[in-house]
Formats: sequence, C-alpha cells, structure tokens
Amino acid sequence: MTKTDKSHGEPLIHITKRADISFWQSVLIHLLGITAALIICSLLIIFVTGSKPLDIFKAMIEGVVGTPAANSGINKQYMEFIHKTAILLAISLAVTPAFKMKFWNIGAEGQVLMGALASAYCMIEFGGRVNNTLLLIIMLVVSILMGALWAVIPAICKALWNTNETLFTLMMNYIATTLVSYFIMVKDRSGRSDLGIINERTGYGYLPSLFGRNYLFNIFITVGLLVIMFVYLKYSKQGYEISVVGGSENTARYVGINVKTVIIRTVAISGAICGLVGFMMISGDLHSIKSTVVGGQGFTAIMVSWMSKFNPLIMVPVSALIVFLSVGSKSATSAYRIDNSVGDILAAIVIFSIIACEFFTMYKIDFRKSKRRADT
Amino acid sequence: MNFGMLITFIRQSVRLSSTLLLGSTGEIITEKSGNLNLGTPGIMAAGAISGIAGAYFYTRSGAAFNPILSIVITMLCCIAGSFLTTLIYAFLTVTLKTNQNVTGLALTTFGLGISNFAGSIINQKMGGSGVAAFPEIGKAYRASLPFAPKLGFVGEILFSYGFMTYLAIVIAVLVSFVLTKTRVGLNLRAVGENPATADAAGISVDRYKYCAILIGGVISGLGGLYYVMDFAAANWQNNILDQFGWLAVALVIFALWRPNIGIIGSIIFGALYVVGPFLLKLTNQQQELLKILPYLFTVIVLVITSMRNKKENQPPQSLGLSYFREER
Repeated sequence: MTKTDKSHGEPLIHITKRADISFWQSVLIHLLGITAALIICSLLIIFVTGSKPLDIFKAMIEGVVGTPAANSGINKQYMEFIHKTAILLAISLAVTPAFKMKFWNIGAEGQVLMGALASAYCMIEFGGRVNNTLLLIIMLVVSILMGALWAVIPAICKALWNTNETLFTLMMNYIATTLVSYFIMVKDRSGRSDLGIINERTGYGYLPSLFGRNYLFNIFITVGLLVIMFVYLKYSKQGYEISVVGGSENTARYVGINVKTVIIRTVAISGAICGLVGFMMISGDLHSIKSTVVGGQGFTAIMVSWMSKFNPLIMVPVSALIVFLSVGSKSATSAYRIDNSVGDILAAIVIFSIIACEFFTMYKIDFRKSKRRADT
Repeated sequence: MNFGMLITFIRQSVRLSSTLLLGSTGEIITEKSGNLNLGTPGIMAAGAISGIAGAYFYTRSGAAFNPILSIVITMLCCIAGSFLTTLIYAFLTVTLKTNQNVTGLALTTFGLGISNFAGSIINQKMGGSGVAAFPEIGKAYRASLPFAPKLGFVGEILFSYGFMTYLAIVIAVLVSFVLTKTRVGLNLRAVGENPATADAAGISVDRYKYCAILIGGVISGLGGLYYVMDFAAANWQNNILDQFGWLAVALVIFALWRPNIGIIGSIIFGALYVVGPFLLKLTNQQQELLKILPYLFTVIVLVITSMRNKKENQPPQSLGLSYFREER
C-alpha cells in the first residue's frame, strides 16, 4: 500500500442511511438486541447473586403469572400484571400523538398526577353528597380537564412563542408533585402525611368491579383507548395532520394546515388521556393518593412509545415486557434477598439495547473491503 | 428570623447551591454541544454512589485513616463512575444517533437504579440497619479554612465551607471563560448551534460532542459527590439525588446557559429550597408550597426568554437533534 493510497483511503467503517428495511430484517435486529440485553442482565444477576440466572428468570415468571396456589382465590395474581401493563400502555398511548408530531411532551408524569389529584379531590369533597354515578362522572370529567390543562399550557407557549416544550413540560412535573404533597398535607387529619384509603367504608367514587374481578374496568378502558388511538392515528384526518406536522412543519403550512391549532389540539388530547389514566389509577385501583403515585411511569411510557415507533399495537408487547421486568424482578429479588432496584437496572439495559437497535435499522454499516480497493 | 438564624440560612443556601451549581455547569457544557442530557440525575446519583463505594473500600482496607487520601480516593471513584455512566449516553446519542430524550431518561432510570442497588448492598455489608455512613470522610470534606472562625460572621458566610464549594465556583467561572473567550468554546458553541456549519468549517463534530458530554457528565457527577460527602456528611440515602438532578437541569434554563449566572442562580435555588423552616410564621403546608418556586421561576424565565426572542438567551439551536453528516 503506497503512501498516497493511505491518505485517500476509505475509512474502515462507512455508515450509510438505509433506504428501506424489510419487516423481518427489522424484527431480527430487535430480537438480537433484546437477546443481547438479556444476556447482559443474566451476567449481572450471576455477578450479584451467584445463583443461576435461569432460576431467577423462573422466579420472575412465577412472580408475574403466580403459582397455582396464589391464583386459586378471587384475586388472580396475573390480573395484577395485566392491570399494570394496561396502565403503562394507556400512558404510552396518551403521549404518542404529541410525539408523532415531534412535540416532546415529557410531562406525562405530571399530567397523570394532576388527573389523579383531581379524582382524589372530588372523592373527598363530593363523596356522599351526590349520587355515586354522578360522582364518577364528575371525577372523570375533572380529571380529564386537569390533565389537558397541564399539557396545554406548554403547548400554547410553544405555538405562540416557540418555547422549548421539553424543558417546560419537565418543570410542570415537579410543580404537580409539589401540589400533590401540599394537597395531602392540607387534607391530612391523621398527621401521617398520607391520606390512607379514601372513603374506605362507603366506597364512594370507586369504579365497580366487573364479573367479580378487580381491575377489569381499567383494562376495558385501555383496550378501548388502544383501538381508538390506532384508528385515530392511522385513518382520521387529524391523525394525518399530526404526521404531516411531525414530518415537516413547513410542508404542513404549505398544504394549508394550521400548525398552531394542530399542536394545541393534539397536546390537549395527549394531556386529557393522561388525566383519564390518573382517574383510572385512583378510582379503579388505589383509592388513595401520594405524590409518588405515578412512580416514573410517565417517563417509562415515553420510552415505550418511542421503542414502539409510535405504533399502538407494538406498544402492547413492549409495555408488557417492561412491566414483566419490573414486577418479576420485584418478586425474584425478595426471594433472593436483593434490593428491588435491580428491576430498574434490567429495564434500563433492555431499553438501551432496543433504542440502539434503531441505529442498525436506520443505517447500514459497510466495512472497508481491501479486495474492492485493489480493483479500483 | 434573628441574626444567628440569618447566618445559618445563608450558609445552608450556599451549601446546597454547590450541588446544583456543579450539576448545572456540567449540563450547560453538554447542552452547548447540542445534546440535551436528561440523564443528569442518574449521572449525579452514579457519581455519588461511586464515591461512597470508594469510601467503603478505603475504610475496609484497614489502612490508617488519612483525610487527604480519603478525599482523593472518593473523588477519583466518583470521576470514574460518572465518566462510565455518561459514556453510555455519549456512545448511544453521538455514535448511534439515538433519540436524546429517550436515552437520557433511560440513563436516569439506570443511574438511580445502580445507585440504589449499590447503596443497599453497602448498607447491608455495613451491618444492615440504618444508613451507610462514613463520618470521618464527611468531616474531611467539610473541613473549612483554618482562619474562618476568627473572622466572625464574615468568616462564617464566606470562608466556612468545605473545599468543594469553592471548587464549584472556580469550575463555573472557568467554564464561562472557556465558552465565551476561547477558540475551543467558540467551536463548541458552533457545534451546538449548527453542526453542519461547524463540520464544514473543519470542526470535528463527534469529537467535540464526546468531549463536552463526558466532561459535563463528570462535573455533574461531582455535584452528586458533593451532596453525599459534604451536605449529607457522607451518609448515603436512596432516592435522594433525583430531585436535585432535575433542579440542576432547571437551573440551566434559569441561568440562560451561562455558568457565571448559574452561581447566583444556584444560591437563589438553594435559598428557596431551604427557606421553609426559617420562616417561622409559615405552617408546614405553606412551607411545602414554597418548594414550587424554583420550578415556577424556571418556567417564567423560559417563557419570557422565548417571548423576547433574543438570540443570545436562547437554547442552543440544534439542542436535542442528532447529527448525521450525509443528512443535510
């Protein structure tokens, strides 16, 4: 190899954008990525516990689907897993329309929390004063409005003055958290800075259980949301407008779409669904409120939505995978007496590898071929 | 509030401010390269727990305790830990061009998870109950200048802090100088504003991004170390650093991406955070409500700067976007 050859040589690795990728190729890349992540996770588990990773994965699966003994009663253990998946899925669906528009709403955490706060407030204030069905309707409406309000403030600023929405929505999360702890301190009569179970004796404002099962109401709402969101994004005119604005704001303007209206409307929808999830969490499950009630799911949902490429149907397995890791590791860690934060670490490793897969689906890597160089 | 309380209040504000200042100075360097690193809380937690791990192994080694050596060891561990954590983010966002928001949020989950996990292991090894505490090392970090007590209240307000408080201010001033007055700083800002132009001008975009993200991450990590070692007197507590991490991210906006404004901003944030108990007339509830103020102020600054639309007060133009040379 001569000297001039070297200075004009191709780099060792050449990265080009793929024009297109087949569905199966993409699935293969993602499966490889998840497998690699699980191998890293297993190594981590071996390192930490010294036991066989297969045993731990078995403990994780048992923690999720439950042993036969745990499932014999009315409260099936797997229902809890399905319910948790449903909640994460619902938040992921909520953030999706805004993301598809490239509006980086990372305030889902706060929007859900405001919905939850509104529900809890109505439960305390109106419980027993109005008929229970009316109370549920009031809670639902107020929660949706609060969620939408929390999202629409940054959206209006974005539309009018191009205020950075990522940073704005992030700040709104912490304002919401503080408001909730303030609310708890004001309403708390026991001095434990915890409201306990609201309306425990009367059950006012509780979503009824269906067919003798808890959570079914929430699961049905989520399935409804899934179908509506899929149709809305794919087949409605507004869904089309969202994709155009997300693709290029200028193009949207040239074809006569009112970009400001679309931004505000879409983000309001996003926030409204977040508020609805807050209602579901309080009325359909917890019947109590804490400032940590959302527990970072607002952020996890962002990652779920992104990893699923904004496709509502793919979000189902992705959110199930994430919930599996967190619920499963919680039970496995208690069996092996290690701290349950290991679930967060596993989830993060899986997320890292899935988002890294995206690079390999978007770009093609060519290594320098010495043979071809010899020809030219 | 009497005079003695006022002095305590000022001292507490300044002490808390160093965590926020280091965190935000690191984030400013990162954002100036066009990368929004939402992993800052995770990096701060990882840096802090690495320092605690260093402290654990040092005290376990059985060597005679040497305050300076303990500081050097914990700092090196912190730098290594936050460097490695940040490297994940840098590799994914710069080389693999992943979405910065998603990667950053995942890094926060990861860093907090690692820190809680390692924290509880160290806790267990140290006897199980209570917290992992290293009082001697905390004392070494908190040692003030020897002449401070002789100067009365002036000494208390100005010279009574541990060395990292001064280090934080020196780093902030230095970073301000480098960003505005040197060629490296100019190049870095060019990368953050418009990487394609910077690339055309012969600046290596990826190299600048890597360096900025990694240096920024290490500085943020030192903020976490300061919090556990000095503010919390070398007591480890799970889940404490994420709120300060997000406050540091808020401070970047409040300071308009300038570390020297960040010095004052961090003291204001620190004051707002600790003021509650000093205002005796307020009830607990009202004190809780005061914690909204740092975030509220940040939102107001963000909205006002975007309304006035002055170029020098805006976020870097390509903040949050990956750069791929062939995509122009």
